[in-house]
Amino acid sequence: MTMFLQSAFYVAAVIAIISTAMAITRTVAVHALLYLVVSLLAIGVVFYAMGAPLLAALEVIIYAGAIVVLFLFVVMMLNLGGEARQSERQWLSGKSWVGPIILSAILLAEVIYLIVRAQPAGGIGAMVGPREVGLALYGPYLIGVELASMLLLGAVVGASHLGRSAPGRTGAGT
Amino acid sequence: MLSIIRTMWSVFLHTFHRRVTIQYPEQKAYLAPRYRGRIILSRDPDGGERCVACHLCAIACPVDCIALQATEDENERRYPEFFRINFSRCIFCGYCEDACPTYAIQLTPDFEMSEYNRQNLVYEKEDLLIDGPGKYPGYNYWRVSGVSIGGKGKGEAENELPPVELRRLTP
Amino acid sequence: MTSPYPFASIFGILIVALSLSAALIWVERRLLALWQDRYGPNRAGPFGLLQVLADMIKIFAKEDWIPPFADKAVFVIAPAIIMVTVLLSFAVLPIAPGIIVADLNIGLLFFLGMSSLGVYSIVLAGWSSGNKYSLLGGLRAAAQMMSYEVFMGMSLMGVVLLAGSFNLTTIVEAQSKLWFVIPQFLGFILFLIAGVAEARRLPFDLPEAEAELVAGFHSEYSGMKFGMFFVGEYLGITLISAMIAVLFFGGWMGPWLPPIVWFFIKVFAFLCFFILLRASLPRLRFDQLMSLGWKVMFPLALANLVVTGAIVTVFK
Repeated sequence: MTMFLQSAFYVAAVIAIISTAMAITRTVAVHALLYLVVSLLAIGVVFYAMGAPLLAALEVIIYAGAIVVLFLFVVMMLNLGGEARQSERQWLSGKSWVGPIILSAILLAEVIYLIVRAQPAGGIGAMVGPREVGLALYGPYLIGVELASMLLLGAVVGASHLGRSAPGRTGAGT
Repeated sequence: MLSIIRTMWSVFLHTFHRRVTIQYPEQKAYLAPRYRGRIILSRDPDGGERCVACHLCAIACPVDCIALQATEDENERRYPEFFRINFSRCIFCGYCEDACPTYAIQLTPDFEMSEYNRQNLVYEKEDLLIDGPGKYPGYNYWRVSGVSIGGKGKGEAENELPPVELRRLTP
Repeated sequence: MTSPYPFASIFGILIVALSLSAALIWVERRLLALWQDRYGPNRAGPFGLLQVLADMIKIFAKEDWIPPFADKAVFVIAPAIIMVTVLLSFAVLPIAPGIIVADLNIGLLFFLGMSSLGVYSIVLAGWSSGNKYSLLGGLRAAAQMMSYEVFMGMSLMGVVLLAGSFNLTTIVEAQSKLWFVIPQFLGFILFLIAGVAEARRLPFDLPEAEAELVAGFHSEYSGMKFGMFFVGEYLGITLISAMIAVLFFGGWMGPWLPPIVWFFIKVFAFLCFFILLRASLPRLRFDQLMSLGWKVMFPLALANLVVTGAIVTVFK
């Protein structure tokens, strides 16, 4: 089982990296989003292999199932045509690569340094169930959860305020 | 919410209703005797064609499904050289029957004319002609028409009555 | 963790699910006809049962056409997504004790995740068709599924609280004394409505709405690709029915009859209920649909969760 999970982890990690690279380099926005979904699903598998099934499920439900659908919704509403594809192609060529490559190279160096130095903490396959996640969220991380919920409440109120139709205007919403 | 449940309940009650479908090929629907269906060409009591190729049916037809060509026999009587009805266009309106001066063209209650090949719906004169006089058993156009034919005057032809004297009142 | 006969379970469930959803074509047409005082397909074979076969032959023989203005790759992938996600959801479904493909301890969340991924099929099909009606259908699908998924998950949390687990087998076993439909009646109603919306069935079939959007997201689809959407929809209904049976009506529980028979009786009853919904209710307007979701269903689901949580905390 552990062997299986370990190989699943590596396969999913490679898929996540490749699909993220593809998501960056696509010129059609919807194709990029599709690769992003694949990347998120692969990360879900990574979480599962690391022994966090709840996190994997939430990754799929919230990120792949909800947030990227919203991205897709907006992209479809914009209805990008051939012009957008041309400008995308322009951005993806030549010198525009240099800055991001340097920055991500620094990040990569840091990550490699940390991996080499750090001791492997906890083996792959140690289960973290819903109960543990809940106790962690409402125990040591209570303040963080409450702050995030307040922020989200503010966002919901603001969105409903912006989205309400002006008085006298008919149409959207009843 | 309550109205939705009531709607669903009343639809559900239709489980126990009688079905209105008529299982057609096994179970036929009632057809009125004067139902307008497939067109036929009738013959007079003597067995001759009634059609005199006057083209009135072709003119009356709103969908132009009737085509015919007039010709004359040795007695100078007109008859159709060909008479063609395209039943894939016919709408069974019955105008041709109304227009016909000799009761030749008549509509029957038959409507079961399905074909796999559309061309088979074009009926020629042989397909249209029936052996009887149809809805008007005693009627013979040539006997009451008062039309002279080659070599013979009015009323002189075989089985033809002499014409009515119009200028004298007594018979 | 898994059943003693994994492969038998996998193929058994796969075959039963697919043939059941194919047979649903016939069941739905016959039942709709029954409720409209008609007969429905009754010519091909006994009671018209071979109609399914005739439809299959027809759909295989149709030309499989990709319009030139479509985005080819996405156009081909889209119908496969719905089949994959729905069939994967069947994996966590406990049909009877021991008959389950993968007894995940987060089975319920897996089902929710797969149903949320199913949206992509519709949205991408709508976008890749390159047709304005399809695009509108896709947009509607995205908005509808997003809104209804939120309280669908929420309405199930009451069940999770009562059972104390995300594992579907545990949830079924927790109902051995009392089916959850009684303590969670509101949750059941909410999940039923959300389930209809997730399966894109009438009265919530806004994404395809043939009266206004031609056929919505699958306007451009033909042949077997259309068939996959079709079977995917029926599989979705079967899945939602099975989920209702498992979560609220005690799954395989029931007296006298063997568990598997009880399970199928319950699933079939809900399938018939879905068809009755289609037969009796008209389609909603889109803004009605959205305001129903966010202004009525969502607060109700939240209240249900809070009240259930309070009661469970007090009485434990």
